[in-house]
Amino acid sequence: MSKTYELDVRGLSCPEPVIRVKKALETNEGQLTVLSDSYVATENIRRLVGTLGYHCQTDTNDNEEFVLTITKEV
Amino acid sequence: MDRKKILLSGLLLGFLGVLLVRFGNPANMGICVACFIRDIAGGLGLHRAEAVQYLRPEISGFIIGAFLIALFTGEFRARGGSSPLLRFLIGMAVMIGALVFLGCPLRMVLRLAAGDLNALVGLVGFVFGIFIGVQFLKKGFSLGRNQRLHTANGFAMPLLALVLLILVVVAPAFIFFSESGPAASRAPILISLAAGLIVGIAVQRTRLCQVGCFRDLILIKDPYLLYGTIGIFMAALIMNLIFGFFKLGFVEQPVAHTDGLWNFIGLAVVGLGATLLGGCPLRQLVLSGEGDSDAAAAALGLIAGAAFSHNFGLAASPAGVSSAGQIGVLIAAAFLLIVGYVFSRSDIKVKRKGGVTREQNV
Repeated sequence: MSKTYELDVRGLSCPEPVIRVKKALETNEGQLTVLSDSYVATENIRRLVGTLGYHCQTDTNDNEEFVLTITKEV
Repeated sequence: MDRKKILLSGLLLGFLGVLLVRFGNPANMGICVACFIRDIAGGLGLHRAEAVQYLRPEISGFIIGAFLIALFTGEFRARGGSSPLLRFLIGMAVMIGALVFLGCPLRMVLRLAAGDLNALVGLVGFVFGIFIGVQFLKKGFSLGRNQRLHTANGFAMPLLALVLLILVVVAPAFIFFSESGPAASRAPILISLAAGLIVGIAVQRTRLCQVGCFRDLILIKDPYLLYGTIGIFMAALIMNLIFGFFKLGFVEQPVAHTDGLWNFIGLAVVGLGATLLGGCPLRQLVLSGEGDSDAAAAALGLIAGAAFSHNFGLAASPAGVSSAGQIGVLIAAAFLLIVGYVFSRSDIKVKRKGGVTREQNV
């Protein structure tokens, strides 16, 4: 069974969202889902996981928030 | 592509930073957030240092430019509630440090590009301060989450910026204008405002930040923001060479002193404080234009810090740093270290349910 780790970085100042995502990726295997409400944090997270070799899919939810689904690139 | 954009923005900032000197702003001070906010505090009469009183239109331009582009792109969002009082006080501490060095991190780069080697000592202090801040971040430093607020909260700062613009144009008797000293050197209002608007837009779009630049390098080895700083330096260097403003050395540099220790400590305080805030003074102004009232609290703290610095003789002058300034900046450093320590938490609690692990909402 695949495991999911959920992270809520809404309302956090720079660069806390990136630090939390990095830490979560280092300590967990499987899929990481991140909830973000800021364009800047979302861009920064996408850039970070891109350089670390992960795949990131970004969707928006009904509250105009971003849902990032981060998985290991196959 | 992104890197090209931020490099271009940096080049634009460096270009405007020297062009404004050509149009009348003080030497090596075409754009300086700390100096200009200090001038605004003086223009409003919050301090009475006669040489530094002028409601600099560039500052209003940064805020309004960021506001307009954020509205246009849909990024404007009224938010706040992440330790606003502490952010105000951190803003004060940052300004005390900046006025001991005589400049914000942006002016540090502009001074470097004009050959002022005192700024190189400042740069080392700046990076040192950021390094300390990064240690707190690694230990989980956070001033807490912000929340969505009533939209009017986000309009307050751009409106304040507009009021300052109206005051500088109308020039009523209760507003101060320096007749000599740095604040008597000023580019025409429309040129200052246009440059400010352009910078506000560019920084909002590219997230350019002098603190983020070194922070991201140290923390996650991400050079993205570094391209902005390199751009500022390169364009300013070329412009300074063209206009004959470049002069390599430590002594007799415009609006600067040669006391290396206090240049180091001054910008170390700025580096640490701005890392705790999440961005350099310019970035705080831009965020305040985007609707972030926590950044606005920090910006108002910068104004209060400038008034405090001049009323109590903490601000440096080309003659050097007064003993009051030395004590003041050390108190600011101690305050920032305490904040860094108190707001760092080492562990984040998690909750497991089925195959899902969720971090507790902290």
